[in-house]
Parts: sequence; structure tokens; C-alpha cells
Amino acid sequence: MADENQPQAPKKGLGAVLEEAKEGARALKEKVQEEAAALKEPEKTQLFRSIFRVKHDDQPRNRSLSVLTNVFFHLHPAKINRDAVRYNYTWGMGGITFFLFLVLSFTGILLMFYYHPTKAQAFRDILYLEHDVPFGKLLRNMHRWGAHLMIITVWLHMFRVFLTGSYKRPREFNWCVGVLLLVLTLLLSFTGYLLPDDQLGFWAVTVGTNMARATPLLGHEGPLGAELGMTPFNDVRFALLGGSIVDSNALLRSYIWHCIAIPLVAFIFMVVHFWRVRKDGGISGPAPVMLETEMKDPRKGPRPVIMTPSGTPPRP
Amino acid sequence: MDWHQLWQIISTPDNVPIVAILFLIPFYTWYGLRQALANDRLIAELEADPQKAKTHHRKTQPWKPGWEKEVHVWPYLMRMEFLVALIVTVILMVWSITLNAPLEEPANPNLTMNPAKAPWYFLGLQEMLVYFDPWIAGVVMPTLIIIGLMAIPYVDANPLGNGYYTFKQRRIAILSFGFGFIVLWISMIIIGTFIRGPGWMWFWPGQTWDHNRLVFEVNRDLHEALGLPITSMWAKSIFGGLVVGLFYLGAGYAVHKLMTINEFTRRILRRMSLVQYVTIQFFFITMLSLPAKMVLRLVFRIKYVWVTPWFNV
Repeated sequence: MADENQPQAPKKGLGAVLEEAKEGARALKEKVQEEAAALKEPEKTQLFRSIFRVKHDDQPRNRSLSVLTNVFFHLHPAKINRDAVRYNYTWGMGGITFFLFLVLSFTGILLMFYYHPTKAQAFRDILYLEHDVPFGKLLRNMHRWGAHLMIITVWLHMFRVFLTGSYKRPREFNWCVGVLLLVLTLLLSFTGYLLPDDQLGFWAVTVGTNMARATPLLGHEGPLGAELGMTPFNDVRFALLGGSIVDSNALLRSYIWHCIAIPLVAFIFMVVHFWRVRKDGGISGPAPVMLETEMKDPRKGPRPVIMTPSGTPPRP
Repeated sequence: MDWHQLWQIISTPDNVPIVAILFLIPFYTWYGLRQALANDRLIAELEADPQKAKTHHRKTQPWKPGWEKEVHVWPYLMRMEFLVALIVTVILMVWSITLNAPLEEPANPNLTMNPAKAPWYFLGLQEMLVYFDPWIAGVVMPTLIIIGLMAIPYVDANPLGNGYYTFKQRRIAILSFGFGFIVLWISMIIIGTFIRGPGWMWFWPGQTWDHNRLVFEVNRDLHEALGLPITSMWAKSIFGGLVVGLFYLGAGYAVHKLMTINEFTRRILRRMSLVQYVTIQFFFITMLSLPAKMVLRLVFRIKYVWVTPWFNV
């Protein structure tokens, strides 16, 4: 009833309605075209800019920023010694080692989905992986060979660092962290050896842990061990195996060391290692050669403790 | 020549890394030393010509005035890293597709493997068990290796050769690391892999692994081998202690000779603190005790040098 009191809008003709619809369609088309054109430059979209905060055009500033504003890349400096980029100085061994650690973490996590660290199931799980799980064999092979390769690359990395004298001041401490990482790598591989629960792993671990019997003071067969009250049931080997023989407890312990404890510790040391590479002035070289005649005699007396900014190693 | 036996050892899946090492270690040793020698030539050139030393960029890598000394990490380093990651992935994939990881029968404590070998990277330690008692070979030596490695930066008083390959400026350092790493560690792994057979007996490459082989080795202690009329425990302990002490003195003298072999090393020695000197001596002598004991054991069939009621060396 209220409607009837309202003044009636003039009735539109069919043409006018069509005209209006055309107008709307044109506006829509323009909008679509506009947005489609914008898609040709995806780097200008809000989505893209929220992820990558820097333009990726070829400018020195943006090249630097693309490294510095990315959490994964910012382990790197923005710029680097032009000769350090060549393969021949570093052999890439440290980087390959880290990459292999990532590969091993990835394949290892996938393997964990199929593996129970129990005497009843461990060996069957490996058979299952080898014969039934899609790509299970490939997964296990990659994990095994990756681990072996990682040990080789760690050794070669250490060899290179020694040959280039990169452990010298100011990188002494980072060398020590590296040695600990080497030990952790070996332990990671060794603890993984037992997990298939086959003869190979069983006897390798038996041989390996038998040496712990002979630990001086702490092993029951070691010098002064018996005198300190060590028996096969309370010595350091017992602590490692969770028993006096390699059995289900040893399997569980090496599983936990292998999958959780050592990777965690190794990860922390790696963080320190990489951080210190940067803080100690980046990759050590290739540095200009020093001549024997330029070797200064060391200062006498205690050295003042001076913090030097990163990138400027103090003169020897 | 038993080629089949040799092939069996080489083609054991877990020995593949060692076969790889046989090629990789010599290759990278050559690769590093080649650059070291190139730098040494440059150093000699610059030392002969002080004027050139002032203006030269002091690297073997090419350089022209006007070139930037640093390049952007993006893309110059990142593309290398990406490429290397790609190549490693491909190598690992191909390796994993063509070769299967070993899997033996289920673990069986009642069926001893013969030979029962540690993983290949610990074979050096297992081989050491032949020469030393387990508490030395399995516990003390590994600990000393780790501590010794960590001590290197703090006892190396030579400031030269920091950040570039060189041999001339670091002869002793490089030779002793090469001795420890390649001659002792790597070659002991190779012995452990290719030479040691059932019963941890010595089989030359290509010799058939005879599981029934008996070797009547008469291993004697040093005082027996020398025919000394020593019987009491105290006399043995004192005699052994004397011999080991003499070894330390002799080896220490040799190491000192090495450290004072020319004017340059004497100059480095003068830079050293007493603690650094003693540490170097200790680790060098301990390292030398391994080959010394190897010769005594393999050539002269000596079991122990020092026999005491508590421990034997």
C-alpha cells in the first residue's frame, strides 16, 4: 500500500534496459581487460609483493636486497670475493655437505613413516620398504648413499680448509666447531647403521661398542675400570646400548640418537658454524698472497682484546 | 690371482665409497697442490721483484685494473650453488637407482660374521686394534685425534698461507696433515677394506679369503724378543716405561730437528709459546707412535712394548 503513494518511476523501454546492460558489460570488460593486463606483470600484484618485497630488476641495489631480504639466502653476504665464486678454491664441499644434510633429513623423515624401531618389526619394515613401498628402495638407497657421500664431502671440506690455511686467525674457533660437526656426522652415520637390524649393522655396532668396554676408568675391561667397580651391567657400554648386549634397547637408543638427538645437536652446531663463517669475515679467500718478508714479529706481552668488525681480519 | 675375490670386495655395496675415495682423495690432493704450486711460483716471482710486489694483485686468478673486487652473490654465487645442488642430486639419484643399499640376513647374535667389520669410516680405528689394546685404539686415540684436530689453529704459529693455497710457506704443516690424513687415516681404511679378511688376517688383494687359514704368528713382547732375562712384574714395568720414554725422547728430538730444519721454520719456532711447542711435540710424537708400533708389530712381531699389571702398550 505504501508503494502506491510513491511516485512511480518512469517505465523504461526495452532499448534503454539493453543500453544499460551494454554499458555495464563494457565496464566489466574493461575491468577484466585491465586486470588481465595486470597479470602480465605478476610482480606488481599485492600477492607477489607481500611475498617478495623487492623488485627483481637488474640493479645492484635490488640484487643485494634479493639476498638480504630472504631468510634462506641471507646466510650469504650481498657481495663476495670475485675469485671465491670459482669452483677451484672451495671445491664446494661445505655447501655440498649441507645440501646432503638436507637431502638426508628429507629422505630420513620419509623413511620414518615406514619404520618401527622394534626388534619384531625393524627388519620387516626394511623388507617392506624394499619390495612394497612405492619408491621405497630408491628412498633407502638415497639415504644410505647420501650418508656415505656426506662423510666423504666432510673430509674433503676439512682437507680444503687445511690446505688453504683457513683455520688461521680469525677462524680458529670455527675450525673447532667444524671438527665437532665432523664427529657428529660420523656418529649420525654410525647410529643409522644398526637400524635395519641386519647382520651387517648388528656386527658393526657390536664391534664398535665393544671398544667402549675398554674405556679407561669407565669400562669394565679398561684400565682401572674393574678397580672402580665397573661391570658389564653398569659401565659406559651399558649406558650406550641400554643393556649388556646389542638388543631391542640398543635399537631404540640408536633410533632416537639417529633421528632426534644428534640431528638436533648437529643443527645447532651448523647454525653456529655458518654464522661464524660470516662473522669471521666470510669465505677466507682466495686472498692475496703474503710474502715471507712481510711477516711481522708477534707483539710481546698480553694482547689487548679488541673486537674487530667482521670482514676485517686483524693483521697477524 | 683371484680376480673373483677382488671383485667381490670391490663390488660390496658398502665398499663403493672407498673405491670412490681411491679416486677422489688423489684427485683433490692434486687439485689443491696444483694451485699451491702456482701460488708458490707467484710468491717466488714477487719476492725476487719487490717493485712488482707493490703493484701486483697477488693472485694467480686473472685481474685487470677497473674490475670490481667483489661480485654480487645474486646471481654469481647462487647460480653456482644451484648448479652444484642439481649435479649432486643427479649423481645421488643415478647412484641410488643403479646400486642397492646392502641388506644382510636379520641380526643374529649366534652367527658371527667373519670378518666382522665396522662401517668403512671407522676401519682405521679397527685396524688400529691390531697394534694397540682397545683402550688405546678405541678410546684414547680417537679422543686425541679430535682434540689434536681442534688444537691445530692454536698451535700453528705460522701466519702465512691464510686464505690461499701454498706449499712453500707451510711445508711442515701440510706434510704432517697429509701424513696423518692420507698416509695414516685413509690408507688404514684401505687396508681394513681390501687387505683384512677372515679372522682379520692379512690377505693381499687378489688372494683368496681362506676361512680355514691358520697363521702361527709368534707375537712376543719386546723384552722377550730381545732375549732379556726379565721376569718380575716390576722389572717389566720399568723396562717398558724406559723404552716408551726413550721413544718419546727420540721422536721428540726428531720433531725438534724438523722444526728447526731451516731459517724459516726457526723463525716460526721463535714465535711459538712454550705451551704451543709442548702441545705440538705431544701430538706429533703420539701420531708417530702408530707407525712405530705398526712396524714393530708387522715386521718384528712384537706384541707389547710396555707390560704392566694395569695396562699394556
